[in-house]
Amino acid sequence: MPTFVYMTRCDGCGHCVDVCPSDIMHIDKTYRRAYNIEPNMCWECYSCVKACPQNAIDARGYADFAPLGHSVRALREEAKGTISWRIEFRDGRVKNFVSPIRTTPWGSIPSPADLPPPSGDAMQSQELAHEPDALNIASGLPALAPDQLKQGVV
Amino acid sequence: MGLFNRRKTVFVDSDILVVGGGMAGCGATYESRYWGRDLKVVCVEKANIERSGAVAQGLYAINCYMGMQWDENQPEDHVRYARNDLMGLVREDLGYDIARHVDSTVHKFEEWGLPIMRDPETGRYQREGKWQIMIHGESYKPIVAEAARKAATEIYNRIMVTHLLMDEGNSNRVAGAVGFNVRTGDFHVFRAKAVIVCAGGASHIYKPRAVGEGMGRTWYAPWSSASAYALPILAGAKMTQMENRIVLTRFKDGYGPVGAYFLHLKTYTENAYGQEYESRWYDHTKALVGDYIDRHPVPTCLRNHAFLEEVKAGNGPIRMVTKEAFQDPHKETVGWENFLGMTIGQAVVWASQNIDPKHINPELTTSEPYVMGSHATCSGAWASGPSDYAPDEYQWGYNRMMTVDGLFGAGDTIGGTAHKFSSGSFTEGRIAAKAAVNYVMDLRNEQPRVSERQYDELRKVIYQPLENYRVGRNEIVAGTVSPSYILPINGLQRLEKLMDEYVGGISAHYTTNEPLLTRGLELLGMLKEDLEHLAAEDLHQLQRAWELHHRVLASESVAQHTMFRTETRWPGYYYRADHPRLDDTDWHCFTVSRYDRNSGEWEMEKAPVYHIVD
Repeated sequence: MPTFVYMTRCDGCGHCVDVCPSDIMHIDKTYRRAYNIEPNMCWECYSCVKACPQNAIDARGYADFAPLGHSVRALREEAKGTISWRIEFRDGRVKNFVSPIRTTPWGSIPSPADLPPPSGDAMQSQELAHEPDALNIASGLPALAPDQLKQGVV
Repeated sequence: MGLFNRRKTVFVDSDILVVGGGMAGCGATYESRYWGRDLKVVCVEKANIERSGAVAQGLYAINCYMGMQWDENQPEDHVRYARNDLMGLVREDLGYDIARHVDSTVHKFEEWGLPIMRDPETGRYQREGKWQIMIHGESYKPIVAEAARKAATEIYNRIMVTHLLMDEGNSNRVAGAVGFNVRTGDFHVFRAKAVIVCAGGASHIYKPRAVGEGMGRTWYAPWSSASAYALPILAGAKMTQMENRIVLTRFKDGYGPVGAYFLHLKTYTENAYGQEYESRWYDHTKALVGDYIDRHPVPTCLRNHAFLEEVKAGNGPIRMVTKEAFQDPHKETVGWENFLGMTIGQAVVWASQNIDPKHINPELTTSEPYVMGSHATCSGAWASGPSDYAPDEYQWGYNRMMTVDGLFGAGDTIGGTAHKFSSGSFTEGRIAAKAAVNYVMDLRNEQPRVSERQYDELRKVIYQPLENYRVGRNEIVAGTVSPSYILPINGLQRLEKLMDEYVGGISAHYTTNEPLLTRGLELLGMLKEDLEHLAAEDLHQLQRAWELHHRVLASESVAQHTMFRTETRWPGYYYRADHPRLDDTDWHCFTVSRYDRNSGEWEMEKAPVYHIVD
C-alpha cells in the first residue's frame, strides 16, 4: 500500500523520515507527526513500518486495485533477529510467518581497514579482497586466456 | 539571488567518490578501503544507505552464485547463460569477470550475518534454480550497508547528486560531482580523483500500468531515477545497449516475482482456458528469431513474446497454476515468504482481493518497460574490461573505467553485463573500486582541477526550479496550473506518456517504428526545453525535479538507440514493426552512443561482440 500513520501512536520521532528511500515520509508541521506526502511514489517497501518504534505506521493497499479490509503487519525485532508477519485477508482469513533476519550481532562486521594490508603484488593481481581464500576453491581465481574470446555469431 | 546566498556551500575533497550507496556502491566503498588504506573514500547517497537502492525492502534469493566450491557451475557457464538469455549480445569479458569473483562476495555476506538457506541433505546452499540460492534477506541491505559504513571515511546521506564535475585541463576527465542536501538545501561540491558511479537504473520512464496511487508499485523501485545513465551521459561517456529495455512477466498489480514459483515451487502458466500456450507460438517465433527459440533455457524475452501473443489472441488472462504446489505447507510458506522478503505489495494485493494461491491460480501480467543493467537486460555505460584477457577493443584503461578518464561504474551503470543481480552488482563495485584505487595511486601529482566558475554555474542551474516557483507562483491565485512553469509530476507524466506511445510502451504493445521514434524524439526535445521551466515548491520537489532531468536524458538515449538498431532483437521486450526480424548479419553487435552536452547531438556507432569460443 502506500503507508499511513496512526495519529494516536506517532510521537514524531522521525525514524521513518530518516530511512524512507523515496523521501516521502515527512513531519506534518501542524501535528508534529509523520505522514506520507506522496503516496504514488511509495513502493510499499515497509522500510518505515519496520523502523517505527511505536508501530504507528501501516499500509493500505493502493486504491486503484486493492479493495479495503486487508492488513499486512510487520514486526522487526533486531535483538531477536527476526521479522514476524501477520497477513489478514479481506474475508478475515489470517496467515502468520516468521523469518530470521541476521545470524550475527548487529555492528559485528569488521572494517576492511583492520585486516592485514595487501601486498604490492596483490595490488597488481586480478584478485579482490579476501581472495583467493574466500572463493573456497583450491585452484585459485579462474581466468580466461585472451585467445578464448573471438568475434562471430555463436 | 538572495535565495542562493543563504545556502551554504560544502566542499568535500576525497580520493575516491562513490555516487550511490546501493549494492554496487556498498561493494565499491568496501573494496576501496581494502586496497586504499590511506585514501579518503566518500560515499554519497540520495536516501539513506541503510535502506537504499533496489534491495531496500530485501530479497529472498541471490540470483548470481556459481557454487564453484561444489563444482556446481563455472564462470564460463554463466557467460553462456547470460549470452543466451540476451539473444547473443553481452560483454562476455565483463560477465566472466563478475562470475569468477561473485562466490567470494556471497561467502562474505554469509560471514557478515546474512541468513543463507542450506539444503538439509547436502549441506550446500539451497538452490532455487541453477544460478539462484535462497536467503532470508529482509536485512540484506542493512547488513551490506554496515560493511560499507565500516569502510568509508565518510558517508553522506540525503544528497542528490545532479552532475559530475570535469577537469579544467582535460574535458574528458572527471573531477568530482555536485549535488544538494535534500534536508538542508546546502550545495555540495565533491572534488575527487576518481568517481565510481553506482547509481540506480530507470523506473518511471514509461507509463506504468497503474497511474493512481499504484504508480508507486512499479517493478523496479520508484527511486531508481536513471542517475546511473544521466550522470555518465552528461559527462560524455559512451553508452551501450540502451535500447535493451526489459519487460517483466509478474503477478498482476503487485509485480510479485515469479522466479521462485517457476524454479523452486514448480508452478507453471496456462491461459484462461487451462491450456499450455508457449508451444502454440513456436513456429511464429522461429520465423522472427530463428534458432534462438531453440535454446535452453528459452530466453526471457521470447517467453514474454508467447505471453503477449496469447493475450492478443484473446486467451487471457494468463495464470500461474499454484493450487497444486501450495497443498504442500512448506511450499506454501516459501511462496508467501518470497513476497514478504522482497515484494510485500504483492502480499497486500492478494490479501485485499482474497487471493489464496492454495485455492485460486493468480493472474500474471507483463510490466511496463524498464531500463537497467543488472537483471535480464544490460543497458549502461561502455566500460573497459579486465586486463588479463579482454580483447584490445574492450580495453583502453582500468577495469570498469568508462570512456571518460577517472570515471568508473558498477551495477546498473555498466552496460553489457546482464544477470549480475544483487551479488554481481556488489561484486562489480568491488572490481571497479580496486581499479579506481590503482588509478588514483598511478596519478601521483596529476590531480584534477575544478574551477570555481564550473561549480558556480552548476549551483545556479541546480536551484533554478526553486526560483521558478518563487517567481511564477505569484502569477496565479492557487493550485498547480501555471502558464510559466510545470511541476515535476507534470513533466514525469508527459515523459511517461510519450515514451509509452512513441517508444514502445504498454499501450502500443511494446511496438514502435521509425516515424513513431522520430516524433517521440521531437516531443522529447520540447520536454527537454521545458525542463528549464520546472518549478519546485520545496527541497523534496527539487529532488523530484532532478530525478526527472535524469530520466528524460536517459529516455532520449533509449529512443536514439532504438532508432539506430534497425532490427527486432528481443521480441517480448520491444518490437521495431518496420524491422520485425532478428538480423544477425547486420546487428550481431553492440550499439554505442555518445552525447555531446554542448550541441545536444548523439553520435551512434556499432561495436563488435566477442564470444568465448569453446
